[in-house]
Amino acid sequence: MIKVEKLKKSFGANEVLKDINASIKQQEVVVVIGPSGSGKSTFLRCLNLLESITGGHVFIEGIDITAKTTDINKIRAEVGMVFQQFNLFPHKTVLDNIMLSPIKVKKIDPAKAKEKALELLRKVGLEEKADAFPDSLSGGQKQRVAIARALAMEPKIMLFDEPTSALDPEMVGEVLEVMKQLAKEGMTMVVVTHEMGFAREVGDRVLFMDGGYIVEENVPHELFDNPQHERTKAFLSKVL
Amino acid sequence: MDFRFELIMDYLPFFLRGTLYTIGISLLGILFGTILGLLIGLGKMMKNKILAFPFLLYISFFRGTPFIVQIFIIHFGVVPAIIGTTNGIAAGIIGLSLNAAAYIAEIFRAGIQSIDRGQMEAARSLGMNHVQAMRYIILPQAFKRMIPPLGNEFIVLLKESAITALVAVPEIMYWGRAFQGQYYRVWEPYLTAAFIYFILTLTLSYLLSRLEKRLATE
Repeated sequence: MIKVEKLKKSFGANEVLKDINASIKQQEVVVVIGPSGSGKSTFLRCLNLLESITGGHVFIEGIDITAKTTDINKIRAEVGMVFQQFNLFPHKTVLDNIMLSPIKVKKIDPAKAKEKALELLRKVGLEEKADAFPDSLSGGQKQRVAIARALAMEPKIMLFDEPTSALDPEMVGEVLEVMKQLAKEGMTMVVVTHEMGFAREVGDRVLFMDGGYIVEENVPHELFDNPQHERTKAFLSKVL
Repeated sequence: MDFRFELIMDYLPFFLRGTLYTIGISLLGILFGTILGLLIGLGKMMKNKILAFPFLLYISFFRGTPFIVQIFIIHFGVVPAIIGTTNGIAAGIIGLSLNAAAYIAEIFRAGIQSIDRGQMEAARSLGMNHVQAMRYIILPQAFKRMIPPLGNEFIVLLKESAITALVAVPEIMYWGRAFQGQYYRVWEPYLTAAFIYFILTLTLSYLLSRLEKRLATE
């Protein structure tokens, strides 16, 4: 579903991703962990080209998204993204946040888009907030709306960029619960997170990144209980 | 000091007509200045530095030279070169528009750049192209933030319009000068002119603050 070959990314002279190779299968939940500055968020943002790529290739369902002929807007419509800072549109109601892209990008009939949006709000448990503005929501609610907004485009892949890092501790659970549900339904997910419990419980595979490389990858219990690399061991000993 | 109200009454019809001219050229200046300013602001934000340079030059020129110099160049140079004769009203409207556009361009640029990068990223991640993201997400938010500085600029423009008296636009200040010339009086014409300008700017700032409040509660 996603194939990453020799991916490199530099910001000026600072090489953040050095040589990333990975492949993610359909319905797989891949969790990316690593110390801050290891390049894990940049890696995720390269998967829908929010960061331009310095070298290498990213294939989404066989399409090279870095190719000049690829319509990146079409790819992005099929790859949902959830941000650490939610990035809800503050001038629009919760419902309009969710309906906007289906109507404007996919040209879906507004009545149908509304129906779908309400259904998604039910799913994330926020139906009663449909007409509220984002400012009046708690962090956890905002993030659940952001997930619903991404799902409204009916994406094939969902990318999560530290979705719980900006939340108060008591709100982390409600967001992880929605993500777990999504994983159970078979969504292909790439999740950058510091929630090791989530990685262990929900992840099919965990990638450990450090210094711009994927240092180690394995099924969760192997990676957490039996890490092979020194750097993985050092990192896990600090966070677990 | 003897203050002769009857002279003011004598000139009142001229002042009232002048007021209509002041309002007219100011509104046209605001209209064209805003449209032009948006385009120039977007031009200056282009990533290609070579393409952006003419817009940068435009803004620097109009912000870096006195308005009176600009309007003389337009009145005695540009307008005759285009239509073959001078035309004060055309020069006044063109001058006000071009001058305001430079400031408004900067207001637009600052407003757009003040919107968090995450908004653009979220919009793009949902499949919107750059134009859609600007239109539905960035500009509506930026516009709200632009209202106070835009209001300021409109008030400045209204006051600057007095300079068009020097290219014979029959607006408030023009009649003030005529008044002074005819009666050799100073207080009556210029206090009257000041009073009218003050009423106009007060009205404008009242309207703008109402707009600001309405947008804030939306």
